Amino acid sequence: MNWNAHLPALLLAVPLFGAFASPVLSPFGRTTRNALLAGLSFVTLLVSLLLMKSVLAGGTAVYVMGGESTGLALPLGMKLPIRIIMEVDAFSAFMAVCGTVASFAGALFSMNYMDKFTALGRFVSLYFLLTLGMLGMMITGDIFNFFVFLEIASIASIGLIAFWRDRPEAVEASFKYMLISQVSSMVFLIAAGALYGKYNALNMAAIGGLIKPGTMEKLALVFLVGTLAMKCGAFPLHMWLPDAYAEAPSGVSCLLVAVSQASLYGLMRVCFSLYGVNLGGAFIPWVIISMGLASMFFGVTMAVVQHEIKRLIGYHSVSQVGYMLLGLGVGMLVLTDARGMAEYGFTAIKGGMFHIFNYTMYKALLFLAAGAVYYATGKRDLNELGGLARRMPFTTGMFVIAAAAISGLPPFNGFVSKLLIYESVFAVHPALAVVALVTSVLTLASFVKVFQTAFLGPEKSSFTAVREVPAGMLFGMGVLTVAVLVATLFPSWTISNLVEPAAKALVDQAGYIGAVMGGGL
Amino acid sequence: MNPLSVVVRTVCDLFAWFMIVFGVNVLLHGYVTPGGGFQGGAIIATFIAFLLVAYGGRRVASRVNDRLFDLFEEVGLLVFFILAFLGLPVTFFFNFLAKPLAESAGGFIPGVGTVALMSVAVGLEVTGALSLIILTMHRGIRMFRGEDLEPETGHDR
Repeated sequence: MNWNAHLPALLLAVPLFGAFASPVLSPFGRTTRNALLAGLSFVTLLVSLLLMKSVLAGGTAVYVMGGESTGLALPLGMKLPIRIIMEVDAFSAFMAVCGTVASFAGALFSMNYMDKFTALGRFVSLYFLLTLGMLGMMITGDIFNFFVFLEIASIASIGLIAFWRDRPEAVEASFKYMLISQVSSMVFLIAAGALYGKYNALNMAAIGGLIKPGTMEKLALVFLVGTLAMKCGAFPLHMWLPDAYAEAPSGVSCLLVAVSQASLYGLMRVCFSLYGVNLGGAFIPWVIISMGLASMFFGVTMAVVQHEIKRLIGYHSVSQVGYMLLGLGVGMLVLTDARGMAEYGFTAIKGGMFHIFNYTMYKALLFLAAGAVYYATGKRDLNELGGLARRMPFTTGMFVIAAAAISGLPPFNGFVSKLLIYESVFAVHPALAVVALVTSVLTLASFVKVFQTAFLGPEKSSFTAVREVPAGMLFGMGVLTVAVLVATLFPSWTISNLVEPAAKALVDQAGYIGAVMGGGL
Repeated sequence: MNPLSVVVRTVCDLFAWFMIVFGVNVLLHGYVTPGGGFQGGAIIATFIAFLLVAYGGRRVASRVNDRLFDLFEEVGLLVFFILAFLGLPVTFFFNFLAKPLAESAGGFIPGVGTVALMSVAVGLEVTGALSLIILTMHRGIRMFRGEDLEPETGHDR
């Protein structure tokens, strides 16, 4: 049998097996559990890389769960696709690679980081379920299954955010997240139901081929954009995000970064592939651009005043998501305008897409470094930290790389993607680029603050016993550092081999529909 | 929760078992009749609710072992996954046991193939999970009444 054809299913089956097997295997001891956690995360990473390779070589992969053959989306001359269909184009595969790298790094980090806690069988189970939910959202071709995977990811996150249940803050953060995610998934379900009621189809490609602009479609679009923007942490709806990221164990915060990107993926999939040319004018793109600008500016201004290290990084997530919304929103604005798309729209999409990769890597790395500091010192308040650079040289080095990348210092990868965004959004209106630049400066300011207070300065007498963190945690951070450095040293290779195919797949609505519906309707 | 009167307890002794029989019936016939794995499992899990109401929480909690329900869950989930995985030479979740109606009449494994087995697996999982949920909710009640409360701890060792 041809394993390449089964890669989309294996991408979900491997973490699913991990989630189901961990309660059975974890009583066999620490080594078995850690081997399961790290081994299966690594296998998932390999599968996603192979999937990316096969999609780049062979075009969009369609997988029919339980079908008589893997690609049989329309059996017996049916007009609409049946069964659960996974549709992996280059954009999905790109997101899956970002997600699995973060998942693998978080798993390596958690092996040591979670060591002093009990109930780790449940932890491993929930961790794999969260990975599964995230990957499912990224590769499903079906709007109802997107809702199902959204729920799986939400429920696993709720459990993981409140994993330290003796901390009232963690329970509060988890409850806030539960409220937000349940409301947003219900609204999402209403929108999916509305589309199903009108078009008799749940497959995104099928609906995308049938959809006609109308009042109901606009309403469904508002529901979908609102809920997915809420889940990815855009400005007016971001209040759950710093709490959740700050209170979750660090290995989980690292994965939650990638999970919020899955919601962003859903937002882009809905706008570009489901609605596409039927988006109905410039209103929705401008809403997304405005949300992006507001997220960037308010996120970073709130981050500057924080003094709890993970909370500060959490507010930066809000501002970084703004960059992607800005870049992809500008691309959406010129979706029907071929000249604008060629001049600056496609560059904006490439910038936003590259920023997704960069953001996932360096933000996950920052969370892991903050977790390492907490692990070594037991402190999370910047006012109590200081002089750690001598004690924890590796952590300090990796933190500097991540901080330079997020602040957009040349030559780091954050600079490359931000530059692509600046130069393309400038063509729409200079004010957009100005807000993005100011945000970047403030980001640099706040990370200079973190680096200076936590790592530099005289050694504190309370930290004389502090040691560098164990090897597993360093390896976890190392994986992400390597990813950041690859994108830094080979930006043109990364853009032409990973980002550009993904950007092309995103704007190619006819290709997305044709892969399931057989050459378009 | 305090134990109820001897009448209730006797009726519970007699009839709680029928909930299991009925639940198993719904579960096993799920693929041809209304119901199925989830519904059957939910009916079986009411057994624990019956015992809790009739005999009171303390007695049930001292007799019941959570580990048993964990086992139900684990077996159910793994069987479900393995059945899905066995279809893999064709596709994940492929129904490799299904037969056309003419060949399967009178056979022991019905023509629906893995669907029936998967509904049994789901039934096991739901039985374990819902029973655990009922027991956990009961522990939550004890928390508000100031009874022998386990100290609320994190997972710190």
